[in-house]
Amino acid sequence: MMNETDPQVALAVRNLNFYYGQHHALHDISINFPARRVTAMIGPSGCGKSTLLRIFNRMYDLYPGQRATGEVMFDGVNILEDSLDLNILRARVGMVFQKPTPFPMSIYDNIAFGVRLHEKVSKSEMDGRVQDVLTRVALWNEVRDRLKAPAAGLSGGQQQRLCIARSIATRPEVLLLDEPTSALDPISTARIEELLDELKEDFTIAIVTHNMQQAARCADQVAFFYLGGLVEVDSADRIFTNPRQKQTQDYITGRFG
Amino acid sequence: MAGVDFSVFFRSQSPSRMTTAQTARTEMDSSAEPAQRRIGADTAFRLFVGACALLVLVALGGLVVLMGVGGHKAFSTFGLAFSFTDVWNPVADLYGALAPLFGTIISTLIGVTIALPLAFGTAFWLTAIAPPRVAAVVGTAIQLLAAVPSIIFGMWGFFTIVPFMARHVQPFLSHNFHHVPGIRFLIHGAPFGTGLMTAGIVLAVMIAPFMTAVMRDVFAAMPAMLRESAYGLGATRWDVMWKVVVPWSRSGMIGAAVLGMGRALGETMAVTFVIGNVTAVGWSLFAPRSTVASLIALQFPESPAGSLRLSSLLALGFILMLLSFASLALARLLRGDRK
Repeated sequence: MMNETDPQVALAVRNLNFYYGQHHALHDISINFPARRVTAMIGPSGCGKSTLLRIFNRMYDLYPGQRATGEVMFDGVNILEDSLDLNILRARVGMVFQKPTPFPMSIYDNIAFGVRLHEKVSKSEMDGRVQDVLTRVALWNEVRDRLKAPAAGLSGGQQQRLCIARSIATRPEVLLLDEPTSALDPISTARIEELLDELKEDFTIAIVTHNMQQAARCADQVAFFYLGGLVEVDSADRIFTNPRQKQTQDYITGRFG
Repeated sequence: MAGVDFSVFFRSQSPSRMTTAQTARTEMDSSAEPAQRRIGADTAFRLFVGACALLVLVALGGLVVLMGVGGHKAFSTFGLAFSFTDVWNPVADLYGALAPLFGTIISTLIGVTIALPLAFGTAFWLTAIAPPRVAAVVGTAIQLLAAVPSIIFGMWGFFTIVPFMARHVQPFLSHNFHHVPGIRFLIHGAPFGTGLMTAGIVLAVMIAPFMTAVMRDVFAAMPAMLRESAYGLGATRWDVMWKVVVPWSRSGMIGAAVLGMGRALGETMAVTFVIGNVTAVGWSLFAPRSTVASLIALQFPESPAGSLRLSSLLALGFILMLLSFASLALARLLRGDRK
């Protein structure tokens, strides 16, 4: 049992249940997400891993009929509380989706959009922020001459890096990645995986992936979900070399799922 | 082989119902003769659908020619001035299009201006905020409202909006604003209840459901992930609406507005009931006016064949048609500069 106030734990999930209307999608999940580490969530489609991700920024709140019970402690607060300010939570917990989702505006404005929601920054400060995050996602040299061009003109891989830049521009503590490379070619995928390695110095990263190699390459900790339950969570080395559960073994070796 | 048996059966019964696989088998199994017959049927079908499509061009051309030729007498009598004269005097046999055109354009603009925010708000609420079950009920109600015949709106406007404007809105406005210089001229006039504003309101109620339905489809086509991305950055519904949904669905919304505008431009019955039917031009939004469509509807039956008056009405029709084309062209133009 880990300490609830452990500064090394960014997100502490306790007895979490989730319901889509009548459907009980997550069963009594308890798991810690270590700070500034990458935790990969794996498991067959429909096992609840994306559902768990969407609890961390309360995205499910957009949809009536979806509800969560239990506890998710983040910086000393249970984020499942009704009284929580969702806009502040979402500024502190960024999210990147399966497909790149550039907003219908310029590259510059895509990044400035989130920043302007929460902070009043001067033009020069914003310029610096844009350059900083674009540099961090290794996009600056590719787009520095066309910051005012529409983001839709970028390639898929560039768009996804832009979306990551956009998410980290609001300076979140946690970054949620929902199969971020599933729509990308292998080269773009490799660049994003490299990026994760650098980003984890500053952010706690939770990534959902269907790609075992990706989980093995990027993650420090791996959690295996099956049928809405957490089967096993351990270090990546342990999960991929010597898992405790037979189900995990079967899944990572491709026997089912 | 059972499959072959079936295909033979189908060929003798109704060849058109065969599936591709059965067709392929039939053609492999039988001689070239039925295959040729199928090619013939294919050609006939192609000619038929081609003719259907061409008919559209013929109909459109026919309309333009009919209106143009019919209105030729008016145009040749009054020249281009026909479009800019505000006289419509059957006694003196003097006609100009300005008054009805003015009525059509202003009532349409009022209608679209009122309907646009209404439709946008409703569509956004239905797609982004309302619980699905409520959205389904309201959505159906909107479709029903869009299907109500315009004459019903006309009668409703006549019995509800006109008295309301005459008894409440106009007295209120003239009491409170008749000294305000910028507004006085807009509300000037006796409280008849009929006029441009009344017509605009009835038009708005008519076209708003229609525009809502179109906008709802546009919003529904927006990827949920894009909206979630904006919420995921901590944006409020307001931010998401103005900075993401509106720019993304801009061309669709322009389309909805123009479709509504097209309906409002040509709307006849509902407007005829409530606009007061006086051919005049003036600033007041509350004075009786007339529109192209209402004027044609009212005066067509009493215009003898070959008269200058009938020709003037047809010329009005010609101009109205051009106006509709222009609004479509405008929509294209506005959409065209989308990146």
